[in-house]
Amino acid sequence: MARILAPGTTAPDFTLPVTPDQSLSLRDLRGQPVVLAFYPADWSPVCGDQMALYNEVLPEFQKYKAEVLGISVDGPWCHAAFARDRHLHFPLLSDFEPKGALARAYGAYRDKEGVCERALFVIDEKGVIFWSYLSPVAVNPGAEGILEALENLEKKGQSHGQLESSRRAS
Amino acid sequence: MASLRVPVGPADHVLGDEHAPVTLVEYGDYECPHCGHAHPIVKAVRKHFGKQLRFVYRHFPLTQIHPHAESAAEAAEFGGVNGRFWEMHDGIFENQDRLSVPLLTELAEELGLSAEDLAAALDSHEFAPVVKAQFLGGVRSGVNGTPTFFINGYRYDGMNEFEDLVEAIDTALAERQSEPKRVG
Repeated sequence: MARILAPGTTAPDFTLPVTPDQSLSLRDLRGQPVVLAFYPADWSPVCGDQMALYNEVLPEFQKYKAEVLGISVDGPWCHAAFARDRHLHFPLLSDFEPKGALARAYGAYRDKEGVCERALFVIDEKGVIFWSYLSPVAVNPGAEGILEALENLEKKGQSHGQLESSRRAS
Repeated sequence: MASLRVPVGPADHVLGDEHAPVTLVEYGDYECPHCGHAHPIVKAVRKHFGKQLRFVYRHFPLTQIHPHAESAAEAAEFGGVNGRFWEMHDGIFENQDRLSVPLLTELAEELGLSAEDLAAALDSHEFAPVVKAQFLGGVRSGVNGTPTFFINGYRYDGMNEFEDLVEAIDTALAERQSEPKRVG
């Protein structure tokens, strides 16, 4: 298995297609938590599908103001058809050309199969990886790890805030 | 290992002996074909283990891919407050291929419940908070698709076929039996 980037690492920036004619950069999302969900391929069986699950849990992620991005090596037209079919309400990025370059940068590429790992990253408001998780590729990791990380990130932000205000007070 | 965050309690829909050594919890979606497939298997598994197995069903509707899953779950809860949860549950799964609001009201009528009351409850989403709470509990427990089973609190990641479930429950039973008996 790959070694994915660990917490504390600055998240490698990227600009990737999000639709056939639009792209998205990580740096545009500074100031809010970002969830990167690398997954092997679109069109996995419906009821156990990781993206369908995140779609359903989206309101919970949004409570933490988190932006969720799905990433695979599928092309933008494939993503568009997949997102339409599954009624996905969050962006899917195409790590398509050069193939898997972003996944490699995060240590989440499977050379043998030529697809992304099932790897999750929660990136903080400043662009630093706060939490990461590599799931066995056949196991949908669910949403619990992400929610717990977002909760901890929020708590950390609050305690920092308190620390700073107590410093100012003293 | 993913484990159940919401213990089985009085709010649950439970079949079987409360002192059974093994509890099987299913998070399911009434429109999910895999759950439909698992439905008779769960029945067979319950029959196989008899008093040794307690079964709990909780809702996990994937509403964006299954447009009728939410109303079906709410209809089952409507059945529940009228003492007919399991009849609604069976009726929905057994007619999964023609799941719709008219089917749900038809099932209610067959059970002697008011179709108008059910229609009103679905309109007002009276039971949506119950369904939502179960869904969120499932998310926090690591439910990653439907159906997801938990055996004595731990997520089961095997195949949802009779032999596989029986084997996993046998293992849980053996673990229970090898625990030292509590004195007093």
